[in-house]
Amino acid sequence: MPFDKKPYFGILVFPGTNCETDCFHVLNNILKVRCKYIWHKESHDDDINAIIIPGGFSYGDYLRSGAVARFSPIMSFVREFASKGGLVTGICNGFQILLEENLLPGAMLRNNTLKFICRYSYLKVIDAGNPFTSGYEKGKIISMPIRHNEGNYYIDEKGLIDLKENNQIILKYCNSDGITDASSNPNGSIENIAGICNKKRNVFGLMPHPEACCEKILGSDDGRAVFESMINNII
Amino acid sequence: MPVKGQVNFIMLKVNVYVTLKKEILDAQGLVIKKAIKQIGYDNINEVRFGKFIQLEIDDRDKTEEDIKKEIDYLGDKLLSNPNIENYRFEMVRE
Repeated sequence: MPFDKKPYFGILVFPGTNCETDCFHVLNNILKVRCKYIWHKESHDDDINAIIIPGGFSYGDYLRSGAVARFSPIMSFVREFASKGGLVTGICNGFQILLEENLLPGAMLRNNTLKFICRYSYLKVIDAGNPFTSGYEKGKIISMPIRHNEGNYYIDEKGLIDLKENNQIILKYCNSDGITDASSNPNGSIENIAGICNKKRNVFGLMPHPEACCEKILGSDDGRAVFESMINNII
Repeated sequence: MPVKGQVNFIMLKVNVYVTLKKEILDAQGLVIKKAIKQIGYDNINEVRFGKFIQLEIDDRDKTEEDIKKEIDYLGDKLLSNPNIENYRFEMVRE
């Protein structure tokens, strides 16, 4: 049943996706909610009521990250699901796919350092009035792993004004004191942006990997509230 | 290669060039420019890095206008990301 109140997550899998099992583990083993993988060739799913597009390198990042995955059959379902208000989170490559699909505004450029980044980064929760970060306090400083080559978020001036006016900026890169400046910007993203949502506030994209930091034993459980927020806000 | 039994036709090649828009910082172009300087050439003012995509098109029964429309559609939809990139193309008959 779509939009059944009991959470049932669909985790999309494209050729080259590689973070799907981490997402499955967090949802199924830690948070004890139902979830399943959905292969990109599927065109529909009647069971799920939330979607995760996990990280990885769909189609080898050929042409541009996310550019080819966008044309997979499952993406027309994602469009329809989002248009009905269903919750969709894209993590890393999932964020890039949502940008290419125009479900989120802007685009990703190569990191301005021209290096692949793989480390923890501090993040500031800029907005908590949405279904994805409602479990955090606004202004909280958290820490999550980032691992990407194309995470340099770009949007034109008009788009940036729109994002700000509609409180669509959700996460920003910062230092341990919460300062968001050039020295705490790992990849050159405009205004240190690490995560945004759409105007309707039901589609969320972020470059950091919350699924990789949901247990203290792994060093941090700062990512857990992203999934908990979604679970609490499923329509 | 012409196929036996088929009318020979001349293949149309379309060269598509994709580059970052002017207002976007081209980090790869800057690094290439620095390397050129290190080699010893000081007269290179700007380097823009981009992608080259070559399409081979069977354009029988199609006008040049049709083909241009097709390439523009693909250029906007897939080959480039209009938020950050421009593209241009040239048609070459071989």
